[in-house]
Order: sequence, then structure tokens, then C-alpha cells
Amino acid sequence: MFVALRDIRFAKGRFALMGVVVTLITTLVVFLYGLTGGLGRDASSAVDELPVTDIVFGAPAGAAAEVSFSSSTISAAQAAAWARTPGVGSAEPLGVAMTRAAGATAAGSVSLFGGSADLLPPLLSGSAPRDGQVAVSRSVADTYGVGPGGTLGLGTEKVTVSGITATRSYGHAATVWTTLATWQRISGQRQPTVLAVRRSGADLGAADAARGTRTVARGDALVGIDGYQAEHLSLQMIQVFLFAVSALVTGAFFTVWTVQRKPDVAVLKAIGASSGYLVRDALAQALAVLGGGALLGGAIGAGGGAVAASAVPFAVGPATVAVPVAVMVLLGLAGSALAIARITSVDPLTALGANR
Amino acid sequence: MTVLALDSVRLTYPDGDRRLTALDAVSLDVAAGELLAVAGPSGSGKSSLLAVAATLSRPDSGQVVVAGRDTTRLSDKERTALRREHIGIVFQQSNLLGSLTALEQLLVVEHLRGGPVRAARERAGALLDSVGLDAAKRARRPHQLSGGERQRVNIARALFGRPAVLLVDEPTSALDHERGAQIVDLLARVTAEHGTATVMVTHDRALMARADRLLDMTDGRLAVVPTPAVRS
Ligand SMILES: Nc1ncnc2c1ncn2[C@@H]1O[C@H](COP(=O)(O)OP(=O)(O)OP(=O)(O)O)[C@@H](O)[C@H]1O
Ligand SMILES: [Mg+2]
Repeated sequence: MFVALRDIRFAKGRFALMGVVVTLITTLVVFLYGLTGGLGRDASSAVDELPVTDIVFGAPAGAAAEVSFSSSTISAAQAAAWARTPGVGSAEPLGVAMTRAAGATAAGSVSLFGGSADLLPPLLSGSAPRDGQVAVSRSVADTYGVGPGGTLGLGTEKVTVSGITATRSYGHAATVWTTLATWQRISGQRQPTVLAVRRSGADLGAADAARGTRTVARGDALVGIDGYQAEHLSLQMIQVFLFAVSALVTGAFFTVWTVQRKPDVAVLKAIGASSGYLVRDALAQALAVLGGGALLGGAIGAGGGAVAASAVPFAVGPATVAVPVAVMVLLGLAGSALAIARITSVDPLTALGANR
Repeated sequence: MTVLALDSVRLTYPDGDRRLTALDAVSLDVAAGELLAVAGPSGSGKSSLLAVAATLSRPDSGQVVVAGRDTTRLSDKERTALRREHIGIVFQQSNLLGSLTALEQLLVVEHLRGGPVRAARERAGALLDSVGLDAAKRARRPHQLSGGERQRVNIARALFGRPAVLLVDEPTSALDHERGAQIVDLLARVTAEHGTATVMVTHDRALMARADRLLDMTDGRLAVVPTPAVRS
């Protein structure tokens, strides 16, 4: 990088500008990444972290089952048939509903899950709920000012808090867990919403066909949460556009830069620099600008995200920072490589004589 | 000892649907330590001659032998390596690299060869001294140097790789007469000191007095000038 480094130092302003652009785009992408993760978690963690492999969706008689928590319902016959299906370790009914909660300090929406105790998220304190009791997510305990032994109003009922679980949420509302019976009473629904299935290898397609249900892997069930898909796709689209913009911007920058450098490149070739040497030199230069900008942007994004996490759902982790930084660098390198490839076609002859 | 030899070299350029003959049956031998001047009108093929000798252009036919190797048989990569190792070029415009200091213009040559750049600093400094660049100006970039100073750096860069062949295209065209004469003096001196086979193209007949031999180029053909200049 003999010439590349000195070029950066000499044309500080231009390279700094480019570095700042990369930094800003990376910051934005890291933010979006964290936000996508955070919002996704907020919309789906109660389902996504269920200790099961598959979710069975049903429909009222006559209708076709689709992957949708808001329209799914499971009859007693379906539940019983699923529990007997070979290759299915357990098929537990799970009720999913939204309701209104009123605690000592606040009132608002919560998601209410009703099911057996082995579907319960890890307990942080207290015990699993029995009929008439609920275990609340830690965030519910904090927001509504309730703890084990306290009372929480859910809909028109009053229930006792038996324990506090790790925070889960569904449809951007923190989750409260109870038994299926209490869920039925509070939600006013007779039948559970879905079955939570632990399968051991078997193909469940035939079972689905026989029972008029629709079974998907747990991760694929998330699209059945209202609004989840639209939210996720729009955020991802913005990310993709940002990545594309950054590749184009770096490509454009290095195109202009390479064209400007042509006379220098011709001289270097004339005094014996191989195309390989010059391309490596230029790529190292691009890598320095991209790497510097992207790392700085990653740091700002992660730091900003950590601060913002108290106000907005934001998931900061090594992956949420490393992935966008790496993608930025790789796409930027791809964009600049296309520009830098022009170096190979520069004719050293143009360095000679007065015709330049 | 002949270091640079051209034998029946023919070079043409595309010119519409015909071809323009820039060099026609050009033969030439230059020995180590010899300063050869080539004069001729504009468009006569002087730069083309240097381009062929520098392995920057491939002749249509004929041989170009540099340091014992027929360059017309070499691949582009091998020719690049040959330039790096054996050929120094002094360009008409002092084609220095904008972002490098005077000293670094020389060091980059060492870097291209994969040599230790740090260890080369002293030799680079000494060479800049010997071409008459003030030590205080070594850290300056090209835009902070005068035309004559740039041309001195240009010559030092061409010499830094200890080339066997030194090719110089109108080194004085950007300079006034006095500075031009100084540069030609310098070229005559380094040719003798470094033992290079030097070919210098110039329009300026007054500068040719320093050359060992003078050739005249007309319409792509070389002719010996009847009264050879004698080295002073
Ligand atoms: N790349 C090229 N393509 C086509 N024709 C060229 C090219 N380079 C030079 N020529 C032509 O070849 C002839 C010789 O050009 P050359 O540059 O060698 O002349 P020269 O003696 O160096 O002239 P000057 O003294 O003006 O520098 C000219 O007629 C020129 O127009
Ligand atoms: Mg010329």
C-alpha cells in the first residue's frame, strides 16, 4: 500500500467524505438491524421461544386452516387426534389472545397465553400458575407494579400473580401466562388457538390432511402473527436498499477516483508496476476506507442502539453489529472492484510524450 | 558493450482504414555509458522510437534487444518486469506522482521491486543530492517544486533502479534554455557515472553538443548526422 496510503493522506478531504458516507450508512444499517431484531422479538418472542418444534393451526369446520393466530381454532377432536399421532411426542393446546390488564401502577394491553406449565418461559421467581393464577413477564411486573402474591386485573377478572417469567411478548404486547381453563374464562373463547407440538421426525403432512389442520415449524409460524410479516419485510427491504445504495456510492466514488488516477497509473505501469500490484494497492485503499468507515459506523450504531434500547425495542448483539458491518465492507469492495478493474486496461504508453 | 539494440524495427499505427508508418526499418545500437541524441521534426517518430525501446509499444516487425533479451518475444508481464529491472524512463512532462514527496518518488521504485524501502532512503537521498535537488526540498510534493526541480527528481527516479538503459523524451521542453542546459549536463554526467545506455530525444540542437552521437529522425527513418558532436 505504498501509493494507496499516500493517496489517502494527500486527498484527505475526499477520502474523509467517503469514509463519513460509509460510516453514516453503516450506522443506519446497524440501527435498522437492531430495530428489526427488537421489533421482531417484541412481536413474536412468546411464540418463537416456545419449547416445541411445530405449531398446528386449525379452522372452524368447513374452512381451510391457514397460518394465522387470529383465525385459528382447535377442536377437542383435533387435539385428541393429534395427541395420538405417531411421531408426535406431545401436542399441547395453547390459547393465544389479547386482553386488557390493570395493575397497581398502570393499565394497558397484554397478550394472554393459556397452556400447560411445560410451555411456560423460565420462571424468575414464584411458581407456575394454577387455575385462577397468572405468571407475568418481567416487563409486565415492572410496568404494572405487580409481583408474586399480588393481584392483576385481566379483562373483567381479577387474578393472583403466582410468579414472574423471563420477558416474552406477542404482537408488541408483553405476555401473561395462565392455565388453559383460566385463559378460556378470561378470553371468552371455548377452544384453544393452536397446538404446540414436539415432533420426533415424522412427516406431519398426512396427519394435517386427515384432520384439516395446517402444521408449520415454529419459526415459520411467526408469519401467522398479525402484522409480523409486513413489518419484517418492510424493514428488510430498507436494509437491502441501504446495502445497494452503499455499493453504488462506493462504486461511483472509486470510478471517479480511478479515472482521475489514470495518468498516475500509466506512469506507475511505465516504471514497472504490474497490473496485479496496482489492483492490490487500490483494493487495499478501498478496504481501508470501507473498513474504517464501517467499523466506526458499527460502533456508533451499537452504542446508539444500546442507549435507544430503553425507549424502543432494539436488539444489540455481536451479530446485529458484525453482519451489517461485514456486508457493508463486502458490497463496498464489490462495487469498488468493478471500478478498480479499469486499472488493468490503462496503457502505460500514455505516460510517454506530450500527448497527455 | 551494446545494451540496447534495435534491428529493422517497423511500427505502424492505425490511421483510418490504412496504417501510418511511424518507424521504418530503424536499426540502432547503444553501448553502456553512451549518450545518444535523437533529433527530428515533430511527428517524425522520435517518441515512437522511445516507446519501442521502452517496451511500451510492440513493433510490427524487427527486434528490440534490452540487456541481452529480445523484448518482442516477451509477454506483457515479462516486459513490465524488464522495465522494472533494466529500463529507466525520463518523461517529457515530469510525470511525478502527485501524492508522493520527492524522496518517495524514488522509494516507490524500490517498493515495486519488493525491496526494503526503509533501507533505500539513504541512497535515494544521496541520488537526489547528486542531481542537485536541495535536501530541504526532498519532503516536497511535485506541486511545490519548480519545473527544473521536478525534472531533476524525474531523472533521479529513472536512475534509482540502476537501469542499464535510460530513455529520455524531450527533457528540457518545459524548461528555459539555461535550465535545459543544466539538465542535459546532468544527463551526460549520469550516463558516464552510472554507465547507462542513454537515448535522449530533443528538438533543441544546442543541447545536442553534449551527446556522444547524434541521429536524425525524418518520417520514421533514422540517419546519422554527418558531423558527430564531440563530447566536451
Ligand atoms: N497512438 C498513436 N496512434 C496513432 N498515431 C500515432 C500515435 N502516436 C503517434 N502517432 C503518429 O505517429 C507519428 C510519430 O509520432 P511521434 O509521437 O513518435 O512523433 P515525435 O517525433 O515524438 O513528435 P513530437 O516531436 O511532436 O513529439 C505521428 O504522425 C503521430 O501522429
Ligand atoms: Mg514526441
